Amino acid sequence: METKETVQVNNESVFNVSDLSVSYGDFVAIKNVNMDITKNKITAFIGPSGCGKSTLIRTFNRMNDLILGAKVNGTITYQGVDLYDKMVDPVQVRRRIGMVFQKPNPFPKTIKENITFGLKVNNMTDNMDDRVEKALTQAALWDEVKDDLDKNALELSGGQQQRLCIARTIAVEPDTILMDEPCSALDPVATKKIEDLMQELVKEFSILIVTHNMQQASRSSDYCAFFTTKTSDDGKRRTGELVEFNETSVMFTTPDKELTEQYISGRFG
Amino acid sequence: MLPESIEKNMSNETLITGKKAENAIKESLFLFTLYICVTIAILTLMTLIYDVLSTGITRLTSDYEVGLITKIQIDNPVDFLTTLDSRYPDRAGIGPAFAGTVWLMIIVVFVTFPFGTGAAIYLQEFAPKNRLTRFIELNLTNLAGVPSVIYGLLGLAVFVRLAGFGRSVLSGGLTLTLLILPVVIVASREALKAVPDTIRQGALALGATKFQAVFRQVVPSAIPGMVTGMVLGLSRAIGETAPLIFMGALTYVNYFPDTPLSGFTAIPIQVYNWIGYPQAEWKETASAGIILLLGLLLIMNSLAIFIRNRYEKDL
Repeated sequence: METKETVQVNNESVFNVSDLSVSYGDFVAIKNVNMDITKNKITAFIGPSGCGKSTLIRTFNRMNDLILGAKVNGTITYQGVDLYDKMVDPVQVRRRIGMVFQKPNPFPKTIKENITFGLKVNNMTDNMDDRVEKALTQAALWDEVKDDLDKNALELSGGQQQRLCIARTIAVEPDTILMDEPCSALDPVATKKIEDLMQELVKEFSILIVTHNMQQASRSSDYCAFFTTKTSDDGKRRTGELVEFNETSVMFTTPDKELTEQYISGRFG
Repeated sequence: MLPESIEKNMSNETLITGKKAENAIKESLFLFTLYICVTIAILTLMTLIYDVLSTGITRLTSDYEVGLITKIQIDNPVDFLTTLDSRYPDRAGIGPAFAGTVWLMIIVVFVTFPFGTGAAIYLQEFAPKNRLTRFIELNLTNLAGVPSVIYGLLGLAVFVRLAGFGRSVLSGGLTLTLLILPVVIVASREALKAVPDTIRQGALALGATKFQAVFRQVVPSAIPGMVTGMVLGLSRAIGETAPLIFMGALTYVNYFPDTPLSGFTAIPIQVYNWIGYPQAEWKETASAGIILLLGLLLIMNSLAIFIRNRYEKDL
């Protein structure tokens, strides 16, 4: 309970999270989250495994709806609209808030079809070729694949596949991109490319990223949220909680909480 | 304790005089047993094929030496496939039965594919996970194991009598459809299950509706598996005799079925019928029928394997 605090920021915020908790059946994955996510900034979620970071990020585009028994309490507003309001259509939410997954998951089709699928389901079928080129260029992949647009996407390397997934996400022109450990399956070179890409993309999109990589969070994010797990009194249940949410530069130099300091210096977690 | 035992295992002595020899004997014994199992299975099939080929080939090859008295009428595959049945074994062709089987397969494909894949897609992708769904799933698995004779009774009651299709090839095809539907549904569901969940999530995260995700990404990825299941279901249907006899397929047909409501017979029924005659020559004719059936099965199973190999690496 003592972690309940909201960092007030002056910049315009895209998400406001208040008293959020997510549970699967009886199991509470994460609770009492309060935070404001700033527009056109990179916000990183860090913390040990099982602290509910991935669960939390999936509530931002209602991907949790797909998990049987997942229940969200509290509110997340997106540009002032409560995302879990009964009148809100999750499909429309996901059209505005894109997501890149932990493991690259291109469709088993051609590179071009990977991009056009999103365009087609969003009725963005005008100037498709231009849109494909623009998205691939933005994702820093165009030069590598412009001659093999009809090649099966599964023939690309892991890093290229992940950039293709980013390309197909930005092709549908969302305004926020959620990234759930996008580099965890990639080698350092590919990781570097994605990180550079994020710096380009943040000019246009708000980015939320879950990462296990402390350096990645400190290098690339503007804001950083640190989560940890609290074990219940009987020792049977572990629930994720937000420990500290701050500007990255502050958190990695003078964190408010001792727990944060221990985690980022590698003495815990 | 632990460090000590680790140290012991790491010594060069165990490295050199390990239990390699003893393990090798055990392994080769086990492998030998496995070879025996495989050999028995293969030998059974080989014996069957040899027996049938050596007996039945006389009806399918023209260089057969015919005793001294009469020339055999049917001595090549084309004649065998196009000639009507006869009361003389050397003049009996499998024409009507072959045509009946083709009719049956066409009806089975056109009815089973939409219903089988439709049911599988609904159950796997859309059905709520509740008691009713679980009850249906349990029943599907049970239905796949119901003896085929029972389906003959069902076909007789529903298609022949209730729907009034008579003892026609349509009733037969629908009866076989019922028989293989559970198998096809289970196989199609497995194909859908094999499509990684990340594909569904990827599609949904782009703002696709559930329908778009399923029908534009998941189902196309699962089609090869579904078609394979369909072909395997068909190759079960093609060999079925009991349900067709039960629902009243004919045993002696001297015409080619021309409409879905024609009376019919099928290859396995024809073979069963021929085998029943006492004269030795009928055995040759029946064997030729079996060769045809085995050939069809081989073609269908090869097709299933071909489809699987051709498309599975794309996933």
